[in-house]
Amino acid sequence: MSAATKVFVLIVLCVLCGYSFASLVAQGGPDRTKPPALGAAPHLNLQQIQKRMLSNGLPVWVIEVHEVPLVQVNMLVKAGADDDPAGKFGLASLTAAMLDEGAGSRNSLQIADEVEFLGAVLTTSSTFDASAVRLNVPVSRLRNALPLMADVVLRPTFPEDELNRLRQERLTALLQAKDDPASVAPLAFARTVFGAMHRYGTAASGTEATLKGFTVADLRSFHSSTYQPTNATLIVVGDVTADAAVPLLESQFGSWKGTAAVSRRPVPQANQLAQGQITIVDMPGAEQSQIRIGWVGVPRSTPDYFRLEVLNTILGGSFTSRLNQNLREEHQYTYGAGSRFDMRLSSGPFFASAGVQTDKTSEALREFFNELNGISKPIAAEELSKAKNYIALSFPSEFETNGDLSSHLEELIVYNLPDNYFATYVDNIQAVMSAAVQKAAATYIQPKRFAVVVVGDRKVIEPGIKAQNLGPIRVMSVDEAIGQ
Amino acid sequence: MRVLVVLVLALLAVPLGAQSPTPQIQVPYRQFTLANGLNVILHQDSSVPAVSVNVWYHVGSANEKPGRTGFAHLFEHLMFEGSKNVKEGVFDTLLESAGGNNNGSTTNDRTNYFEDVPSNALELALYLESDRMGYLLDTMTPQRVDGQRDVVKNERRQSYENQPYGMASIEISKLLWPANHPYNWPTIGYMEDLTAASHSDVVEFFKKYYAPNNASLVIAGDIDLDRTRTLVEKWFNEVPRGAPVEPIAPPAATLTGVQKKTLTDRVSLPRLYLAWLTPRFYAPGDAALDVVSSVLTGGKNSRLYKRLVYDTQIAQDVSAFQQSAALGSEFQIIATARRGHTAAELQKAIDEELEKLKRDPPDAREVQRAINQYEASFYRRIERVSGKADQLNAYYFAGAGPDFFAEDLARYTSISPSDVQAAALRWLPADRRVELIVEPGEKK
Repeated sequence: MSAATKVFVLIVLCVLCGYSFASLVAQGGPDRTKPPALGAAPHLNLQQIQKRMLSNGLPVWVIEVHEVPLVQVNMLVKAGADDDPAGKFGLASLTAAMLDEGAGSRNSLQIADEVEFLGAVLTTSSTFDASAVRLNVPVSRLRNALPLMADVVLRPTFPEDELNRLRQERLTALLQAKDDPASVAPLAFARTVFGAMHRYGTAASGTEATLKGFTVADLRSFHSSTYQPTNATLIVVGDVTADAAVPLLESQFGSWKGTAAVSRRPVPQANQLAQGQITIVDMPGAEQSQIRIGWVGVPRSTPDYFRLEVLNTILGGSFTSRLNQNLREEHQYTYGAGSRFDMRLSSGPFFASAGVQTDKTSEALREFFNELNGISKPIAAEELSKAKNYIALSFPSEFETNGDLSSHLEELIVYNLPDNYFATYVDNIQAVMSAAVQKAAATYIQPKRFAVVVVGDRKVIEPGIKAQNLGPIRVMSVDEAIGQ
Repeated sequence: MRVLVVLVLALLAVPLGAQSPTPQIQVPYRQFTLANGLNVILHQDSSVPAVSVNVWYHVGSANEKPGRTGFAHLFEHLMFEGSKNVKEGVFDTLLESAGGNNNGSTTNDRTNYFEDVPSNALELALYLESDRMGYLLDTMTPQRVDGQRDVVKNERRQSYENQPYGMASIEISKLLWPANHPYNWPTIGYMEDLTAASHSDVVEFFKKYYAPNNASLVIAGDIDLDRTRTLVEKWFNEVPRGAPVEPIAPPAATLTGVQKKTLTDRVSLPRLYLAWLTPRFYAPGDAALDVVSSVLTGGKNSRLYKRLVYDTQIAQDVSAFQQSAALGSEFQIIATARRGHTAAELQKAIDEELEKLKRDPPDAREVQRAINQYEASFYRRIERVSGKADQLNAYYFAGAGPDFFAEDLARYTSISPSDVQAAALRWLPADRRVELIVEPGEKK
């Protein structure tokens, strides 16, 4: 064990500066003709990240937060759906889900009983880019909970009957997804943009065909090849000191030995769409149409990250964004509209989305394209500064709970972000210039080449969609959308 | 100051069970009332440089009049559309420009609004809240009502009509509560009533319910208590007091038999809903019914989950909850059948398990497991300043002191296995309840 780098993260916010407060005691009521001036924006003094290491080389990152007697311990593993072998889409997700269905000497029910009795929450899950076992426990019971967590991470038993149970549960969840337009829409969009062969064209949890094929041997093989100390990091946030936590972790995880070097094959960059296309998924009788519009976006490592954060906040990433103001506040076609760059290790999707009332589907599409086309025009200084301030000034509130802090540390690790990432975040946002946003928009928002997916009542919405002339229309079945 | 948590025993490796230490949760606060009747609660917590401003108006869908269901919630939407000194759209623009987030929500009993802002924007939030409390009607127009009416109709389509099983909760309220009881109709409202809502309804509702004497303001976070009090007085003192709001006098609600109904929906699997009328929030039996719900469906070892989902696998999911409210509560059990199985099979198995629980008290470990989970969840709830702010207002609304955390937790830690059995026996009779089934078919 050795103490490694200590990083001090200090975030200084001083963006709206320098006004003194108006007189607090007013005669005849306060002056309401203009909003009160804001004082200097506050600083966030983030606790230092203490970087340690167990005797087997497993890194441990600790942030001490002595507020509520709880502690969060996450084992982050750099393997996810990205690493699913061809023909076995869904393996990483099912492997993670199976970790607590039998581990060490305990069966599924015993693990659940002991975890709950401690007042703890233990979750096992996986995304495209990573898997994690996360423990949240009253600090007085950390010592009792860690052996359970260690069994779940290191010694899962993958019982056959539990695999069959989870398989049926997931197949049934797929069946249920077909009932729900809001579940079908993202799957149909992913399939349209990335296709059946690319990993991002299929849900992280897999398809009916892959789920039916998984064996205990598949799970064991994925676990043993990816859950290794050289491929994992322990994150501890909460009411403990690093000096007290590390020996406890050493006793549970220090003897974990790797078996082989883990080499991660990157997910290939998807082919970009060349021309506009419309896909309708028919849900007869639907009261709303679920709309997704977009194409292949960017990876998390994009050098345009901060420009795109600002760009998307203006376009569809906040309540006052253009899409929401237009489709909700001005036209009332929807309860809410937005957009997002889903950034992963490889380029995930960019999409704009809303659920709109069925009889306004084509009008809503027209307004979506008005805003998507309009975003590449020069952006007014006031709109730009509103977006930058919204991102920069709300940044400290993203570090409030143990869970918030631990997920930010996970982000640093999964995406190899620099140690000073949080300390420089606000400056990086404030440095974004109007011309850079405009250039990013021209590159990443090209509506003529976007895929449009509409999940709704085809006989009512198709004539109006056709009249918009956005590209050739094809009809996708619900089964195809969910990968059957 | 943060929440003070005093651990009675030392850290690490304590025995669990009845002798387990119970940390004392305290959320220190300062409370005062303005001359216009506005109740104010301040709580200091400097963990991050942010402030949560949280206002509860003591009006919800239970205050609505016949033919205007959904109005309290529609009104909530209108509160964001501008007031005398804040033009339409400016409310959100000012807050976003300051790095703030805001929202509101409406239940049967109350409507809340919050702004989570960096600490330097506290006064901005107070300016905006006080302007709409005092001067909402000055710029209200029929066009604004029309706009939010259509947004709310789309909210309803998204959350009910276009949601699998989405109409079930509306039906349960109708079956469970008498037609003249204010919990009979849904908070989102009926479409025809949303259509009927008018500008004059807005004027009447505002004057009746949106007065400072019918509201409570909590400010929690990185604040100076004295300066914050001064700022509250500066912005809210001039808002005029309204007429006192008469408490709701609901008719008695009792079920005398089983209310059965079957709906059809565009779904693949049948779903069963069982619902009972149960004691109002914080009344005897309320917390015990929470523990009943844990014993039935909290975790893999819970009785219904283990039998229906884990062992026999005739259900995809099962959940149970006590939904506590001011005029009376509901206890519900919801289960979805696996393909090839029926709602009737689920009901038979659920009833057998309920009868077992009524016959014999649960094991001490079953109950302690649930209590330990409740205890930890109290700490999780107070990690966030906005969560504390809303809870302080919730306790105040319920008639307790704002800092009711320790007493609330004690409601759970004091529950015994026989209390759980007694609550099931007393409140979950098989012959006085709602039995609703949603079968696959056309939506109707």
